[in-house]
Amino acid sequence: MARSDVFSRKRWSEKTSNNFGHDVHVLAVDDSLIDRKVIERLLKITSCKVTAVDSGIRALQYLGLEKNSVGFDGLKIDMIITDYCMPGMTGYELLKKIKGSSTFREVPVVIMSSENVLARIDRCLEEGAEDFIVKPVKLSDVKRLKDYMFGDEKQETNKRKLSEMSSESDITEPDYSASPSPPTSISESSAESLSSSPSLDSSTTLSSPASPHLSTTSSPPCSPSLLTSPTRRLKMTNLELD
Amino acid sequence: MEVGQLQRRFLEYTASLFNQGLLDAQFQQLQQLQDESNPDFVVEVVSLFFEDSEKLLNDLTIAIGQQTVDFKKVDAYVHQFKGSSSSIGAQRVRNACIAFRSFCEEQNTEACMRCLLQLKQEYSLVKDKLQDLFRLEQQIVEAGGAIPMLEY
Repeated sequence: MARSDVFSRKRWSEKTSNNFGHDVHVLAVDDSLIDRKVIERLLKITSCKVTAVDSGIRALQYLGLEKNSVGFDGLKIDMIITDYCMPGMTGYELLKKIKGSSTFREVPVVIMSSENVLARIDRCLEEGAEDFIVKPVKLSDVKRLKDYMFGDEKQETNKRKLSEMSSESDITEPDYSASPSPPTSISESSAESLSSSPSLDSSTTLSSPASPHLSTTSSPPCSPSLLTSPTRRLKMTNLELD
Repeated sequence: MEVGQLQRRFLEYTASLFNQGLLDAQFQQLQQLQDESNPDFVVEVVSLFFEDSEKLLNDLTIAIGQQTVDFKKVDAYVHQFKGSSSSIGAQRVRNACIAFRSFCEEQNTEACMRCLLQLKQEYSLVKDKLQDLFRLEQQIVEAGGAIPMLEY
C-alpha cells in the first residue's frame, strides 16, 4: 500500500510540475506595447512564465504553425491570451488557426478586447475561446483565469489525495469539469450590452493541454532576424523548457 | 521636509487625482503590480504611454490636417489612444477618445478638430499631474521613506 502511495504521488508531482502551478507558460499576443507590458506583469505576478509577442503572425511563428517558424519540439504552452483588435491578423483569426492545428487545439485561448460587443464575444466562444476578457485587464481577471484553468495549491492537494486513493493504473489527468463552470469575465463597468453570460458548452471544461511531451533537447532561442524595432520587439522571456 | 509629511502630501495628491476623475481604478491596478522586484513598474508603463501618446497626437494632427480626411485612419489612431489611456487609468483622456470616435463615425471634420484639441488638453493635464506625482514619489524615496498606498 505504501509503495503504491509513493508511486502515485510521484506520478502526480511529475504532472503538476510539468503542467501546473509555477510552470504555467502563457503566450500573450497584443500589438500594444503598453498592454503587453501590463499583461506580462499580471501573468508573472501570478507565477506564470510569459512569452509576449506583438502580432498573430509572430504568435503562429512562435508556435511553429507558420513558415519561417522558430517553433521547436517540445514547446509547452499552457494558455494563449490574445487581443482581439490587431492589425493584420485579428485575435479571432489567430484563434481559428490555433483551434485548427493538431498540436495546439487543446490549448485554452482567451480573448481580450476593449469593445464589449456580445456578437463578438459569442463568435469567439463559438470558435472555441475559453474566455473573453474586457480590457483593461485586471489582476483579478488573471487570477481567476489561472485558478480555474490550472487550479490552486489547495485543489492540487485535494486531487493528490484522490489519486492516492485510486490505483496507479487509474491515474488520469485532473478532471476540472468538477469545478464550477468558469463565468465569462465581463467587467461591471461596461456590461450594458449583456444580459446573461454566454453559455459555455462542456467542451470548454478543461482537458489538460495536449502539448507534445517535453523533450529535453536544448533549442536555440528565437533567431535575431525576427527582432524588429525596439518598440515592437518580439519578447522572449523566460524561455525555459523543462 | 520629513518623510511623514512627504508621504501625506503624496497620498493627498493621489487622492485628488482620483477625485478629479483624472485617474481611475486601473491606475490603482498598476500601483498594485509594483513591488520590490519591480519598483519602477508604474513609471515605466506611464513613460511608454507618454511616448505612445505623443506620437499618436502627432499622427492625428497630420491626419486631421489633410485636404481629404481619412476618417478610418483617424479612428484607428483614436482607438489606439483610447486603449492605451484605458490601460493606465487615464480616465479623462479615455473619455475624450470615446467622444472623438463618435465624430469620426459621423465624419464631422470640424467636430474632430475640436476633439483633437480637447484630447491634447486632457493629455497634457494628466501628463503634468503624473509627472508631479512621480516627483513626489522620488522625494519620498530620497528621504529614505517607502511609497504609501492609498487604501481603497
